[in-house]
Order: sequence, then C-alpha cells, then structure tokens
Amino acid sequence: MNLRLRKQYVIPGFGPTLGYTIFYLSLIVLIPLSALVINTAGMTREAFVAAVTSPRVMASYRVTFGAALIAALINAVFGSLVAWVLVRYDFPGRRILDALVDLPFALPTAVVGITLATVYSAKGWIGSLLEPHGIKIAYTPLGIVIAMTVIGLPFVVRTLQPVIEDIEKETEEAAASLGASRWQTFCHVLFPVIVPSILTGFALAFARAVGEYGSIIFIAGNMPMVSEITSLLIITKLEQYDYSGATAIALVMLVASFVMLLTINLLQRWSRKVTEV
Amino acid sequence: MSDTLQTKLNETPDRRRVLTEPAAVRWLLTGIAVLFLGVFILLPLAAVFVQALEKGLAVYFAALHETDALAAIRLTLWVAAICVPLNLIFGLAAAWAITKFQFPGKNFLVTLIDLPFSVSPVISGLIFVLIFGLQGWLGSWLDAHQIKIIFATPGIVLATIFVTFPFVARELIPLMESQGRDDEEAALVLGAGGLQTFFKITLPNIKWGVIYGVIICNARAMGEFGAVSVVSGHIRGATNTIPLHVEILYNEYNFAAAFAVASLLALLALVTLAVKSFVEWKMREQLS
Repeated sequence: MNLRLRKQYVIPGFGPTLGYTIFYLSLIVLIPLSALVINTAGMTREAFVAAVTSPRVMASYRVTFGAALIAALINAVFGSLVAWVLVRYDFPGRRILDALVDLPFALPTAVVGITLATVYSAKGWIGSLLEPHGIKIAYTPLGIVIAMTVIGLPFVVRTLQPVIEDIEKETEEAAASLGASRWQTFCHVLFPVIVPSILTGFALAFARAVGEYGSIIFIAGNMPMVSEITSLLIITKLEQYDYSGATAIALVMLVASFVMLLTINLLQRWSRKVTEV
Repeated sequence: MSDTLQTKLNETPDRRRVLTEPAAVRWLLTGIAVLFLGVFILLPLAAVFVQALEKGLAVYFAALHETDALAAIRLTLWVAAICVPLNLIFGLAAAWAITKFQFPGKNFLVTLIDLPFSVSPVISGLIFVLIFGLQGWLGSWLDAHQIKIIFATPGIVLATIFVTFPFVARELIPLMESQGRDDEEAALVLGAGGLQTFFKITLPNIKWGVIYGVIICNARAMGEFGAVSVVSGHIRGATNTIPLHVEILYNEYNFAAAFAVASLLALLALVTLAVKSFVEWKMREQLS
C-alpha cells in the first residue's frame, strides 16, 4: 500500500495541473455553454417549440442537413479514393497533394468562402464552364454542397490514410495466393477493414458541415426558405434582437452536434476493434 | 532450395499483379483523385492569388497598406498573441494531468476538452453574447461600470480562445501518452525537481508536438470568422479582424482588395501546412 502510494506520487504536479485544467475548462467552455441551456430554460415550452419549428427554421434545417448529407456522401466516396491513391500509388506531386489535403482545415473559412464563390460563379474558372450547360452553382443550394464538400474533405482522407497504411500486405497476399482476384480481395478483405473508418470520416465531415458558417454564406445566396443555412438564421435573429429565438435554435443545433459527437465516438471504437483483430 | 528459389522467381510477376490493381485502373483512380483535389482545393487556392494580383502589385500593396487593413492586421496579431499562450499553458497542464496520472473520469475530461471542436462557430460566439451582451447575464452590471466586452476586443479574444481551445491539448495528449512516464520517473528518482524535470526532460521530448500545436492554434486564431463575427460588431478600424475585413471588402465589391488581404491568410495557411509536414518528418525521424 505504502509502496503503491509512493509510486503514484513520484511524478509531481497532479493537483495543480488537474486543478488548472478543470478551472480553465469551466471558465472558457462549460459555463458559457451552460448559458445557452439556462437561457432556453427560461422560455415557455410553447414559445420554444414555436421558435424552433417555424417554417423558415424548418426550411433551414432541411437545407443544412440535406446539403451536409450530400457533401459527406461525396466525401465518403471521393475522399476514400483520394486516401487510397495517396497511400498506395506513387506519382509525381503526390507529397504536395498529400500536404494540401489539409488546406481546408488551415485556410480561414472566410477565404474559402470568397474564393469558392468566385471560382464557381457564372464568370469564374469553373462556373463559366458549367454555365452554358445550364448548371448554376454559386448562389444556389448546390453552392452550399460545394463549400461543405471542400471543408469536409480532410476529415475522410485523414481518417482513412493511417488505416490503409496499417493494412498488412500478408492478408492481401494470402487472399491472392488462395486464388482471389484483385476485385474479390478488395471486396472481401480490404473493404470490411476500412468500412468503419469510412463511416467515421463520413460522420466527422457531416458534423463539420452542419456547423459550418464562414465558407458557406458567400456562395449560398442566402435566400430564406431556399438557400439559408441554420447558422446564418441564428445570426439573423440575433441582429433583429430576437435573442430567445436565436438561443432556442442554437440549442437544437448544439444537441444535434452532441448526438453526432456520441455517434462518432461509437464509430471510432468500432473502427479500432475491427482494425485490431 | 534451388527449387523454392526458382518457384519464387516464377511467381514474382504474378504476385505483383494480384497485389495491386491493373495499370489502367491505377491511372484512372489517380486521375480522378488529382482532378477532385484540383477542382476543390488547388483551383480555389490559386484563385486567391490570381484575384489578388489581378490589378497589379501597386493595388495589391495599397490594399494591405490602407489604414483599416493595418488596424485589422494589428488587432488579429494582438488576439493571437493573447489566445495562443493561454491555450498553450492549458494544453501543457491538461496533457500533464491526463497522461502522467490515473484518475476516474479521465475519458470524460478528454471528451469535454474536445467539445469546442464540435460546436458550431456561430454558437461559440452566441454564448458570450448571452453572458456579456447588453441583454446578457452581466450586461447591465458591465454597462453600469462602462466595461465593454461584446462588440469590443475582449469579446473577440474570448470567442477566439473558445474556438481554439482544444488544439494544443489534442496534439500533446496522444504524443505524451505514447511516450509514457519512464523518462520523468528516472529524472525524479535521480533527484531532479518537478519543474526541472519538465523543462529538461518532458519539453525536449514533446517539442515538435508543441510547435505543431502552437502553429495550428495560431492559424485558427488568426482565421476564425464565424464566432468572431457574432461578437465583433464589425466596427471598421476598431473591432475588425483580418477575416472580417475581408468580408467587408468583398461585400463592397472591392474584390482586388478583398483577395489581397485574403492572400495574407492563404500564405499563413500554406506556412502552417509546411511546418506541419516538417514536424511530421522530424517526428518520424525521432521515432526511427
């Protein structure tokens, strides 16, 4: 007992560091976040329900979650492909492309927003190619999908890369030597190992897209009922001094992000179990 | 012996074939990946610089030299100079407590530290308005004492600290977890003091992680838009950070100036990525 105690306290500083951690965490994160919950608790139930289910708010949920779903699906497919190519194939410029995958994470959202709006507008580099075909991206819901795809991309690629790197060549060799074709090996050996990570990356990209603001508002057009995301609606309410309305919608979004955080944690646990076996 | 070698030699081309995709498939997949990254990352990045320089270098530098732009740059540097050290100290303390000791609720604490990462930036700004805004909890008291937090620098600092809160800790916790505590225990048993052990043993071990944590925290602090936009009030020359200044210029259709100022942030992002690649290379070197 005595020995155990001494062993535990060889390293000093437990009290001060944990104490400071909890103090700073409470001051910066927990108390401010609880303000949201406490402020909403002051509303009557009818007022709360009315605030979070008005037609304009419902439309903003549809736009936000719908576009985030499409963007996360695009990322799940193409992000997985990019991760596979970056890990398995060698080609000139691979390392630079690999480093640039993190760009949407490092580039400020406002910069992403204005540059996407410019590139995908009717006169932009890509927008002008699509305009003759009747495809409009900037200032339509499609623009929201594009912005959400860009900011979600690193999450899928970076979740998958280490998993693909860790796949042992031996399992593939075994499958091949047992007569499996490359396609069969992929479907029955490789895919089951990476599928939990694809889902984790999908969920991370989806969660990020739902909360995104800066990169979207420049390209979205922001028409109420059509291309207005929930984050923008919260700001609009705030600017109209509708504090309780803004707070109520924010609480709904906060709860949504907690649910997504929980789902992501469960997916990561599953992913770890699959790759360890 | 020679028999097995012979079979191995015969088998090699075949094994190569089944362990990777046919060349046509490889080219196709690589082409799609490059095209996807090109359309969604490379072109938008190039567009920032092309648009910034479209009207020539004189306009570019004029946009950066203008008084409001300089004020925005100064404010952004100040905000980062306050936020980054605070979050660095927190990150070091949290990583030390979490990786060197066992205590109940550790996983829960790690989840709480990650929390700001999953909160929408707009909500990150809103919560400080609810506390310090005119109609907020402390609003009337602050107003009576003429202290301005919302629509002033302190609010911007608070929102930025919240948004960049997890970055250093997230970087350090897995790193220090993997290094264990043997080095520190050895130093302490040999008679070193606690702080001495930290500065002479722990810090050199984790220095690359610290550098990366600081640089990504700094990039996010300087580039934060949503949270800061809620608490700033957009007062030109006073409460505009660089990203907010970019927004104002863009909304005034002053595109050349907007992209000129934005190119500063794009350069910062590129430097951040370069440092990240360098740090990852150093860490791999340290491991091998």
